[in-house]
Amino acid sequence: MEFTESELERYSRQIILKEVGGRGQYALKRARALVVGAGGLGSPIAMYLGAAGVGTIGLIDGDAVDLSNLQRQVLHTTPHVGMPKVESGRQLLEALNPDVRVTTYQEPLDAGNIMTLLPDYDLVLDGSDNFGTRFLVNDACFFARKTLISGSIFRFEGQLATIKPHEGHPCYRCLYPEPPPAGLVPNCQEAGVLGVLAGTIGVLQANEAIKEILKTGETLANHLLIYDALDMTFRKVRRPKDPRCPLCGTAPTITALEEHHVSCRL
Amino acid sequence: MITIRIPTPLRSMTGGKSEIEGKGASIGELIEQMNADHPGLKDRLCDEQGEIRRFINVYLNEEDIRFLTGKDTPVKDGDEVSIVPAIAGGAHD
Ligand SMILES: [Zn+2]
Repeated sequence: MEFTESELERYSRQIILKEVGGRGQYALKRARALVVGAGGLGSPIAMYLGAAGVGTIGLIDGDAVDLSNLQRQVLHTTPHVGMPKVESGRQLLEALNPDVRVTTYQEPLDAGNIMTLLPDYDLVLDGSDNFGTRFLVNDACFFARKTLISGSIFRFEGQLATIKPHEGHPCYRCLYPEPPPAGLVPNCQEAGVLGVLAGTIGVLQANEAIKEILKTGETLANHLLIYDALDMTFRKVRRPKDPRCPLCGTAPTITALEEHHVSCRL
Repeated sequence: MITIRIPTPLRSMTGGKSEIEGKGASIGELIEQMNADHPGLKDRLCDEQGEIRRFINVYLNEEDIRFLTGKDTPVKDGDEVSIVPAIAGGAHD
């Protein structure tokens, strides 16, 4: 493993941690992480993974930066309003850490492209904003045997889990077998979210990813973390593997990718 | 008394409260009593057959009741019950 002088200096504060060391830093450098959504969760995820020296970061998002995004999507800056989010994100990440290779996909993630992207990555961080993508990412990661770090937020509440069914742990459908019907989903535009909440959950997703790469610490592979920013509570509940899971159970009914069209609107 | 944690999307049914107290011998009884105190709450939690919806989990302390005995799961004084629906926000929310 070889590092340049500037790499040794840049990462010195984490290389001295015995859980990281030179070996861990090298693992980070070799790691390839796909970040789904360059928004509220994707911003802190990509920035902290990039700052930590994760060697390859993929960003997929079809949207452009909007002024109303900047309250929480800290990957983007005011001069980048109107620019594709993945391009804006690439520019910031490259300025933050030129050692990181940023690969961008300016398109929404869907059943047509996900299986071609996954082979190029070791793990996936889901920061998507809708149930359709969330279930699609879970199913695709199951079929491709990729570790998934799932985070989601709603108003003042966040949820976080590490999904590794290929190592005997539960998948997202073991937790929630199917997405809610459209009529029961709150309107995304009106839901609102605290910017800091996206930061909290996104940073925790980055933390889970780094532990996966370093193979250290306790992960959320068998738990769900629930954060309430108003009550200031973190709760961890057990998340068992469901033998009746439609995806990873003993008699699966889902054997191929399917698109879920769950509208945001009531 | 049993403490019931109400998730953000359902707090409109509980006057904004994040925690309510309930009584009952089982999760099912607790839901009936919650519905008596906060009419309409059961419809949000349960489908037409009265089963808890598949995108909503109910935890007794740390355990998902689907892996215990579902709505028949017994509860006792001092237990904490949490209602945890799937949430999806991230990129835009
Ligand atoms: Zn499963």
